[in-house]
Amino acid sequence: MHIPDGYLSPTTCVALYAAATPFWYVAGTRIKKTLSMRMVPLLSVFAAFSFIIMMFNLPLPGGTTGHATGAALAAIVLGPWAAVISVSIALVIQAVFFGDGGILAIGANSFTMAIVGVFVAHYTYRIIAGKTAVSASRRVVAAAFAGYLSINAAAFVTAVLFGIQPLFFTDSNGAPLYAPYTLDIAIPAMMIGHLGIAGFAELIVTAGVVGYLQKNDISLLSMSDVGTPIVAGTLQSGLRSARTLWLIIAGLLVLTPLGLIAAGTAWGEWGATELVAQDGGKTLTNAPTGLLQYANVWKAPVPDYAVSFVSSEQLGYILSGVMGVGLIIITMLLVTYIGARISRRNEHTNP
Amino acid sequence: MGGEAHHGKRRGNFIQRTIDSLAETLERSLYAEQFAEERGILQRLDPRVKLVAVLGFIICSAASRNLPVVGAIALVAVVLALLSRIPFTSLTPVWIGMFVFSGLIAGPAIFLTPGPSLATLPWLGWHVSSYGLRSAALLILRSEVSITFSVLLVMTTPWIHVMKSMRVVGVPTTVVVILGMTYRYIFLMLQSASDMFEARQSRVIGKLSDSDARRLASATVGVLLSKSFQLSNDVYLAMQSRGFRGEVYTLDEFRLGQNDYIAIPLIFTIFVSGIWFGLV
Repeated sequence: MHIPDGYLSPTTCVALYAAATPFWYVAGTRIKKTLSMRMVPLLSVFAAFSFIIMMFNLPLPGGTTGHATGAALAAIVLGPWAAVISVSIALVIQAVFFGDGGILAIGANSFTMAIVGVFVAHYTYRIIAGKTAVSASRRVVAAAFAGYLSINAAAFVTAVLFGIQPLFFTDSNGAPLYAPYTLDIAIPAMMIGHLGIAGFAELIVTAGVVGYLQKNDISLLSMSDVGTPIVAGTLQSGLRSARTLWLIIAGLLVLTPLGLIAAGTAWGEWGATELVAQDGGKTLTNAPTGLLQYANVWKAPVPDYAVSFVSSEQLGYILSGVMGVGLIIITMLLVTYIGARISRRNEHTNP
Repeated sequence: MGGEAHHGKRRGNFIQRTIDSLAETLERSLYAEQFAEERGILQRLDPRVKLVAVLGFIICSAASRNLPVVGAIALVAVVLALLSRIPFTSLTPVWIGMFVFSGLIAGPAIFLTPGPSLATLPWLGWHVSSYGLRSAALLILRSEVSITFSVLLVMTTPWIHVMKSMRVVGVPTTVVVILGMTYRYIFLMLQSASDMFEARQSRVIGKLSDSDARRLASATVGVLLSKSFQLSNDVYLAMQSRGFRGEVYTLDEFRLGQNDYIAIPLIFTIFVSGIWFGLV
């Protein structure tokens, strides 16, 4: 969402202008260096484009509608630095001329959407797309992830900005002066809407447009990605197998709460006290001291798959599953990415 | 507001809904321009003075810890609107929109914020906290003040002047030029998008399924994107053929007049007293 004025303290607004300025500066100098004068009309046109696509209210699964911000698409097509400028320009016009987002909050909105959103989209897209050809179906999946994660990252930073207001800015009685909710309310309140609705609007538009451009105007996709081959061999089969894989993972996630039906704990995964109960007091009367000593070394961030802000156990299980799968995918992608870099460096050093 | 979802309204027809929202934006901007010609108090001021004043008043209300001071700044906005002949009928939709948006966000704070209880809701038993009520009122009033001033600025100043005057607050000239071009392209692209949807609408019989609507939206965005690049290339060639070498020059016809010299001390006094009393 676009933060209106009055939700953030002037100090926060100034801090975020300060945080955004180096990005704007670097973006400005980078653009001057690479594409120079040609960039002036290009950035204007793309800013206008980001503005327009926010007006397309897509019907989403589940009976609501939502619109995309275009930040991820800008990052994919223009590259991150040009995207930072054009999305920021679109945000300035929205704030000044259309009252969408506050004027003091332009720095904050640019920081969340034009900087965090754009860079998250850029790296997600690059990491998932890897070395694939521009026409590869993996790039549609990469664009989908880029769109979904980009808007959610922006929403998360916005939620944190809201959530820290009552910690720092209160009157003499302790009553909040700006956004009134602390992190434990602000984060779930913002994230549920974005994880559930807005994220999908961004996902559909980003993946849909990348898919469309692959078929109809592929040169636009290779603009910020010079040197990558346009066509690869196994296009269709890749898409099909990837889709099947995602469907299987989604199906498994929905089934995760099945474990709640079963009685007892998974065999061999007993805690210290459960171990004694399992033994029935035959050989163990007390839990082994060594086990007790190490049992508290690591506290899981989501103990027993129960997400603290979700009251429904089933939903909490599914959400934990989504988090877990996400973490695994990100770790795997990181490992692949680092591995590829190391092998490339070795190739350079030992020809 | 960006990224949010809307339930219900005219959900059945994605194409018509998009055409309406495009037309509404076009209408709003054109409607805003017409008040810039009126002979009101804000229309007589130099755009740079207006921009700095609007920013100053928004900062005042944001920095104020005092509800009556924010209320007083809101009153300044209302008086300025009256003296600038901006009809309330064009401001009320903005006020109601912001009230509903901020009200939804601030509403629960009335009950959730710890503080002395003013009243208890019947049946639900929720306590209305006086601190929560104050926080919610501050949030709503501040966002209303800010949006009213920015609407007043845009309604009483031709957009091209608003952009030019941004240089006073340190926006680089190149950015001002990009902003100006963006604003023009928004209208051109609103028109292109609207034409595309109308062309499609005239060929659709019955209701478009949700998945078809999503496909249509993606394809339209894709076409718009291709068109944008073509346009930017054409514009660049046109600029180059007219001697554009990356340097930007603008005609600077702004000159402070008598009205500005009267207004500046007044604005300054309101700003300083707003900050002073707001922080007490």
